[in-house]
Parts: sequence; C-alpha cells; structure tokens
Amino acid sequence: MSGDTTEGHSDAAISRKVRRLETLLEEKGVLTGTQLDEALDAFLAGASPASGARVTARAWVDADFKSRLLTDGTAAVRELGYMEGAEQRLRVVENTESTHNVIVCTLCSCYPLRLLGPSPSWYKSEAYRSRVVREPRAVLEEFGLRLPDTTDITVWDSSAETRYMVLPRRPEGTAGLTEEELAALVTRNALIGTAAL
Amino acid sequence: MTDPAAAPTTADRFAPGARVRTFRHDPPHHTRLPRYARGKRGTVVEPEGPAALADVNARGRGDAPVEQIYAVRFAARDLWGEGDHHVVLDLWESYLEEDKGDATDER
Repeated sequence: MSGDTTEGHSDAAISRKVRRLETLLEEKGVLTGTQLDEALDAFLAGASPASGARVTARAWVDADFKSRLLTDGTAAVRELGYMEGAEQRLRVVENTESTHNVIVCTLCSCYPLRLLGPSPSWYKSEAYRSRVVREPRAVLEEFGLRLPDTTDITVWDSSAETRYMVLPRRPEGTAGLTEEELAALVTRNALIGTAAL
Repeated sequence: MTDPAAAPTTADRFAPGARVRTFRHDPPHHTRLPRYARGKRGTVVEPEGPAALADVNARGRGDAPVEQIYAVRFAARDLWGEGDHHVVLDLWESYLEEDKGDATDER
C-alpha cells in the first residue's frame, strides 16, 4: 500500500497502484508487457454498454426472452453470446411503472463489466457508494432523475458473486422501431439505474 | 448451480420469505457483510447459488467452506432509521441467523 490512504479509491491512487503492480509483474518475470496487454484486451473484448443495450432491446421485442432474462440472466445473455465463461452470475432487475432499481457496490467496485464496459469513475467514488444506499432518491435527483414519491426504489448492493443489470422501461412512442434502433436508445446510466430513457 | 464441485453439502438453511438477522460480528479481516448491514433484520428473496466464503478465501487459505449465498432484502428504515426504499444484499449463509423477532436492536 502506498501512503495516500485518504485517496484509497481515487482514480489517481488506483492508477499508481496498478502501474506499480504491472512493473513488479514484469520485473519478476511473471509476465511481459505484451502478455499483459493481450490479457487485458481479451478481458475487455466486447465489454461495452452496447452489449447491455442489445440485451435490453431484445427483451423489449421478445417477451419469451425477457422472461428468461429475468429468471436466469446468465443463461439468457449467453444465448446472445455474452458472459461466456464468466464466473459471476447475472441478475437482471426490471424497472416498471411502480418500481425503480439502481445498482452499486458499497464494498469496492463490482460491476457487470462484460455487459456495460468499464465502470464510470463516479460508480467507484466513495460518495456514490455510501450515499446511494442511504438516500437513493436524492442521489438520483442529482443525476437528473426525479422519480414520483409513489415509485418504490430498490438498491442492489453487489456484495458477493452476483452482478446486476437494470432492465430499463421501454420509452413511449417506440412501437415502430427496429431492435437495432431500440438498442441505440439505451444508455449506460439507464442500465445502472441512474437514468431513465 | 450445476457445478457439482461447488454444490453445498447441505440443504439451504433459509427459504425465500424467511425472516433473517445479520450477525453483528466486526471481524478483523476481509468480509462481505457491509458494516451498514450488521445486526439488521431482513427477508430472504432467493438463494443466489453457492460460493466459497470470501472471508476465508481473501486470506489466502485453501479451506474456504462453500456456502449458499442469499439475496436478502432490507427496508431502509431498518438500516438507517429513515427512508422508504429497500436495499438488497447478497449474503453468505454464515452471516445470517433466523430472526425470531424476540430481541430488540440493543447495541
């Protein structure tokens, strides 16, 4: 550990630790820089919010797929080629007219990276992690999402091996759109639950 | 889950809907029971599948017990004394005990 523990989760502190670790791996002959890059590229291959968006659009147009997605998220996204070989379980939680879901990892920064790509820096921030479990309505308002008082909010804290993805509500007036056009409407924050569509 | 090596040797201790209480234990090592959820009452949503206990695994020991993990739903009011939302946590079986409802939240 470096001495800057007050910034233990800031991006700068994490970057310094990662660089140090990479240097050590190379110095000790465990890995070459090229191997490291290849491993990282393989890990991140296809990891983009576009993947979560495609899953969402499929659920909007295919009721049977949506049903499977909500019952066993891991198996359903594998039908579309996502999360093959992933150790974590995926659980997809559906937003409805009366319920809204939002995800967080209060202990560290667990995140459905394979479906959403690398997480935004605010997701890893102490402020988001500590506040969203306590006052989600206020935090969501700061994201520009004002929910009616009658909407039930559930916060899913990724404290073990399950990763969560929010299935956003399909926007009004999109009946004529193709699945591809629908996927283009889906944002990363909607899949985290800090935005609506 | 389908991997027999990861299957728990005993049946699930808690069924969906079971009222549970988390331990107040504040271990000196890694744990996945967040501080804000210690000694709190919640309701089991469903089993999430078994996994090696992170508390033991994180200490580099090879003897971590494989336990069922449960999604447990907590009312914000029970966690924070206020709020109208819910928080769901994934908790290993040994973090939980049956909530008999006969104790107050003394600390």
